[in-house]
Amino acid sequence: MPTKGIIPDMIRDKGGKHMKHALFGAMVAAALALPAFANDYSIMAPASPGGGWDSTARTMQEVMQAEGISSSVQVTNVPGAGGTVGLAQFVASASGDPSQLIVGGYVMVGAILTNASPVSLADVTPIARLTGEAVAIVVPAASPIQDIKGLVDAMAADPGAVSWAGGSAGGVDHITVGLLAKAAGVDPTKINYIAFSGGGEATAAILGNQVTAGISGLGEFLPQVQAGTMRLLAVSSDARIEGVDAPTLSEAGYDVVVQNWRMVAAAPGLSDEQKAQVSADIEKLAKSAGWQKALADKGWADTYLAGADFEAQLAKEIEATTAILKDIGLVQ
Amino acid sequence: MDTFSFLLQGLATAFEPIMLLYALIGVTLGTAVGVLPGIGPALTVALLLPVTYGLDAAGSLIMFAGIYYGGMYGGSTTSILLNTPGESASVITALEGNKMARAGRGGPALATAAIGSFVAGLIATLLLAFLAPHVVKLALVFGPREYFALMVLAFVTVSAAFGESAIKGLVSLFIGLALAMVGIDQLTGQTRLAFGVPQLLDGIEVTTLAVAMFALGEALFVAAQGPGNDGAVLAIKGRVKMTAQDWSRSWKAWLRGTGIGFPIGSMPAGGADIASFLSYATERNLTKHPEEFGKGAIEGVAGPEAANNAAAAGTLVPLLTLGLPTTATAAIMLAGFQQFGLQPGPLLFATAPDLVWGLIASLLVANVMLLVLNLPLIRFWILLLKIPQPWLYGGILVFATLGTLGVNPSPVELTMLVLFGTLGYLMRLYGYPIAPVVVGLILGPMAEQQLRRALSISQGDPMTLVQSPIAAVLLALAAVALILPMILRARGRGDVLAQVGQAED
Repeated sequence: MPTKGIIPDMIRDKGGKHMKHALFGAMVAAALALPAFANDYSIMAPASPGGGWDSTARTMQEVMQAEGISSSVQVTNVPGAGGTVGLAQFVASASGDPSQLIVGGYVMVGAILTNASPVSLADVTPIARLTGEAVAIVVPAASPIQDIKGLVDAMAADPGAVSWAGGSAGGVDHITVGLLAKAAGVDPTKINYIAFSGGGEATAAILGNQVTAGISGLGEFLPQVQAGTMRLLAVSSDARIEGVDAPTLSEAGYDVVVQNWRMVAAAPGLSDEQKAQVSADIEKLAKSAGWQKALADKGWADTYLAGADFEAQLAKEIEATTAILKDIGLVQ
Repeated sequence: MDTFSFLLQGLATAFEPIMLLYALIGVTLGTAVGVLPGIGPALTVALLLPVTYGLDAAGSLIMFAGIYYGGMYGGSTTSILLNTPGESASVITALEGNKMARAGRGGPALATAAIGSFVAGLIATLLLAFLAPHVVKLALVFGPREYFALMVLAFVTVSAAFGESAIKGLVSLFIGLALAMVGIDQLTGQTRLAFGVPQLLDGIEVTTLAVAMFALGEALFVAAQGPGNDGAVLAIKGRVKMTAQDWSRSWKAWLRGTGIGFPIGSMPAGGADIASFLSYATERNLTKHPEEFGKGAIEGVAGPEAANNAAAAGTLVPLLTLGLPTTATAAIMLAGFQQFGLQPGPLLFATAPDLVWGLIASLLVANVMLLVLNLPLIRFWILLLKIPQPWLYGGILVFATLGTLGVNPSPVELTMLVLFGTLGYLMRLYGYPIAPVVVGLILGPMAEQQLRRALSISQGDPMTLVQSPIAAVLLALAAVALILPMILRARGRGDVLAQVGQAED
């Protein structure tokens, strides 16, 4: 069966269309005796293969097919500029088509602002937040800094002397450092944030003692922390995370809560029925056993939030992000 | 169990008939996507990930390994035969490889690339197996300032390798550097030179530029010369196999390429493209046949091809020892690990030795498989060169356009392809070298970012650039590489260099 992957077929990516899952999907559908809604979906991952959005889209593809939510799901990658290139293409081409979905997240909120993107999340139909991850602050194991207070005090004494390695400029890591500086009474324009492209370059700089501190998704640092090569100082979640021995930022006295969430949105210009149908399919996905198992396997937290609650939360985050990016000086 | 018995156990698994079949499927797919410009190994592995859910861990790892090495190798075939690099690490192969093909030596060029890839893959995989934990310590010493020094060395050696007309070489390089400015600045997130075109936000794709400059530019150039020389240049002369002289000139280049490629690939911000540039510059400086460079010197194919495959193995060093994926393909392989319940990280060698050694054994098998698959294919590949020139170039145009549009189906991409193709034609017409443009586009952003990171860490003190011993040594090497050719020219060897410079197009 893998031999089926001749090139043109692969490009169209009928991915998980192999026997086991198709069979399983059919069995589930038969067992539940549901009329097959059989919506075909096409999910755009506005990023290169291999990143968080891409793996979110491909996991959705797997689960939606395996759980019989959709008979055919395709994933396309349109990388670039924190997802704004894909978003612009999605808005232009998918309008009014209920079978088109796009994956996105917090990074996109920042990217839309810093790139002065002509399209924004107001141009799509947000459906639901699916997963999320806390941001973690670490120092190299050899660092003299022992706790988050020590790091923040050093930053307060001389902001330039504390270099932070993290992800893209204006992304969730950068925003968290800005918020932390602000909460500690340090001028956010003075922070020395050094942006690295993904794929572990920032981790390498921290392990190599090139920078004072590192900031990135908890999942990226956790294996290093467990191996004793990095010291975890704090996490950005609202409560302590099970199995992680570090205080939250708020616990340490800095009023900062940040979650790097990922969401799914539908095309603009949908009717209310169409939107309800897509929302129902996504809810079925989020509640399915297959999705829960996938989340556990990948270490993603379930942060499912849909409907009006999600829209309100989204509006709040966009407002807060705009404010902090202005404070850092990335947005005029 | 010690390292060796783990490896043997892994090999025993990898040699089961069904595993060999998976390896064959992997290398075939990998070679195919390497050949097609634009479709990279990362996308292929991503697309195949769901398929491998049905396989066991060993089976899917073997298939990934095959795709990974196959993709690195496949890019060289189109570079050599059609002057159309499939991946950025194969750009440099086109320089000498395509000249060899046009001089009727396509067979030896493909053979030295295949055998060089095999030798480099073999040595580098063994180095990965036995030295990974030590190599990674060295790689981590490289911070922004050391990377910057490495980029400077690459700039100087590569540009200095383009002959007497320093001005023309520099003009080409600066065109590349200017193009490299397009898009979002990584360090501040601000847009530069994108003129409100969303597709330009992420910068200019290296493969688009390379395919346009090399393939389209050349097709236009050949077309502009008018009819009259159809087929004459492209007939196969001489032997398909490598001669004794080819062997004796290749093997040292393979080893040097491996020596350059593996450590640079191991560095988290290194990469196969830099390794191939440095290998080319090294071969050009060390060769006993400098007059052949620019006209089809076999070392210029053997070295870079070995270097890019060794770098591919090197990339797995940070992945396996630190859990750091440093390329998109590695990132997806990491996702593959997670599907088997592995938590990749510094403890991977200790917690899942069977899988790690299974992967390393698979790489060895894939490497052998690749040679078995590709050596006999060379006979068929070079038949392409018998196609009459108008047909061949027509085919190249279609192939290049489809490949570029396949990855990024937008009118902007097509416009860029045509514009850069025209630029490539004009540069050829007026004798400006093409390769420095592509080199500038690849190295420019890396050098800029590393320099700014280094200065940001030192809070603006430029002395930081020479205060690290490694950076200082690399910069000193760059200075030597810059000054030595000047002395040579002053002492009368300028004629040779000038000749080489003119031959370059």
